[in-house]
Amino acid sequence: MDSAKWVGMQILRMAVLLAAVTVTVFALLSLSPVDPLTTNVGQTALGSMSAEQVKKLQEYWGVGVPPTVRFLGWAKDLLRGDLGISLLYRRPVIEVIGERFFNSVWLMAAAWILSGLIGFFLGVLAGRKRGGTADKLVTGYCLITASTPAFWIAMVLLMVFAVWLKWLPIGLAVPIGMSSADVSLSDRIAHMILPALALSMTGISNIALHTREKLAAVMESDYVLFARARGETERSVLIRHGLRNIALPALTLQFASVSEIFGGSVLVEQVFSYPGLGQAAVTAGLGSDVPLLMGITVITAAVVFGGNTAANILYGLIDPRMRKGRKKR
Amino acid sequence: MNGHLLEVKGLSISFIQYDRGLHQVSLPVIRDLGVTVDRGEMVAVIGSSGSGKSLLAHAVMGILPYNASAEGEILYKGEPLTEERQKALRGKEIVLVPQSVSYLDPLMKVGEQVKNGRKGPSWREKCRRILGSYGLGPETEALYPFQLSGGMTRRVLISAAVMEEPELVIADEPTPGLHLDAAKRVLGHFREMTEKGAGVLLITHDLELALQTADRVVVLYAGTAVEETDSRAFDREDTLYHPYTRALYRAMPEHGFRSEPGSQPYVKELPAGCPYRPRCTMALPECSCEVPLRKTDRGFVRCIHREAEV
Repeated sequence: MDSAKWVGMQILRMAVLLAAVTVTVFALLSLSPVDPLTTNVGQTALGSMSAEQVKKLQEYWGVGVPPTVRFLGWAKDLLRGDLGISLLYRRPVIEVIGERFFNSVWLMAAAWILSGLIGFFLGVLAGRKRGGTADKLVTGYCLITASTPAFWIAMVLLMVFAVWLKWLPIGLAVPIGMSSADVSLSDRIAHMILPALALSMTGISNIALHTREKLAAVMESDYVLFARARGETERSVLIRHGLRNIALPALTLQFASVSEIFGGSVLVEQVFSYPGLGQAAVTAGLGSDVPLLMGITVITAAVVFGGNTAANILYGLIDPRMRKGRKKR
Repeated sequence: MNGHLLEVKGLSISFIQYDRGLHQVSLPVIRDLGVTVDRGEMVAVIGSSGSGKSLLAHAVMGILPYNASAEGEILYKGEPLTEERQKALRGKEIVLVPQSVSYLDPLMKVGEQVKNGRKGPSWREKCRRILGSYGLGPETEALYPFQLSGGMTRRVLISAAVMEEPELVIADEPTPGLHLDAAKRVLGHFREMTEKGAGVLLITHDLELALQTADRVVVLYAGTAVEETDSRAFDREDTLYHPYTRALYRAMPEHGFRSEPGSQPYVKELPAGCPYRPRCTMALPECSCEVPLRKTDRGFVRCIHREAEV
């Protein structure tokens, strides 16, 4: 397959994915029992309003318009590059997402890199010798954290480090009551530590367990046996053959974990009141802010798709079996 | 130096396997095996495929898997081959030539694997020369294992072994998957090593090829060495002493192509005494007791029909 065709194929795939995801999210939102007026205006306020006012509000929230008409209208705007205007924030969706994304991206990037590095290191430690002490400890740790929900870990961290020890702030992205000009980088970092830690915690176990499994298989392979027969030390076997052969799956795993980080961020940001993309998604979902939620969906799906595609491309570039195989064809 | 280059005495290797649930069974894959290899000599150990004879190679190299254990004595140059000696010698004086491409790192270039981590122009030069001597051009060095043909793989594995200028070469099934000419060529390369003074222990299931190149053969039946003899003993049936070896002789295409009924017993269901007893036409009641080794004019045989005991 030549590269132009491949790129075309990827774009087509992405289009299909986005279409499927947006239709699903929209369908779920239309089925949602949440009444936008009651939620956002309030029962009492609604009662004191005139019929005219209520009608105006209904128009604003799109009550009574058939879902297909609303979806097609939204999709038409999307194709023109317009994500619409957030009903809750009363600002263009793209602006809200841009701001939130900027807050979240550092948090997620930190969690992503942290879970990748620590997970890989723990996986190597465990997989070097299946059944050894390090393996038992790491596997035990991973099984515990893997079966613990991220939001629960977030609450425990919050309780221990913010409430009891008071080492770190209890939430938000910047100190309360400080003008944004005065916020320093160290303030931002201090606010990010706990959410990033909570977010990376579950990611670590996933990556560590996969890495362990792969490395253990490599260490029991014929070529490692032969390397030992040729007098290579355990250290040399691990570095020359072990790491070489697990680098590729680790890379794939790392890029595929982008989706998990995104998913986790929704819960973790909620716990820490961190004004990121995840929290905006929850607010938009609960408040029936359809344009904002759809916008977040599109952006998130695109980023996750990008992560998986990046893994695909890197694999093809790095693995000689795929690289040379493609050339031959 | 006196004595044999390699002397294996009473070697038994067993495998721990989980049977039902947590019940462990020990599978005796090789029992009471004796074999010697001298300098400049090629000795073939012949056994059926999948009988665990690779473990013999692994036991000598000291790389048995964790669930296998070996008993018996292995002497190298007259001294016990302890774990420390194995560590010090393997890959240098004692080399293994494994059987297939799966023994090469799939993500490492051939040249790098043959050199085994050693750098510098002299090693590069040596690697190129050795590959060249097996008909592999310099372009082979940049290939990955998946790009090699079966015959090339064997020659690469042999090149890797020869890089070390070994004194003892253990070749584990070096010929399967090769057509006859290629297989003969591969065995010819091992023959060349013996001409340079190395001892070669060839582990194979291919009797015909082994007889063409090896000096002596040890015949395994269900993990037990039933006869050791020189290759020329296979020229005539009456120079072979064990009924199984004779059956092998008769099964060879040029000697009638006749097969005996039955098959080798699985190690879990071994009969007591001689493992060949259930199929043997000469079996006597005594055959179900421990059968000791007896000396012959050419080697030894494990059969009560021979007189003198070792």
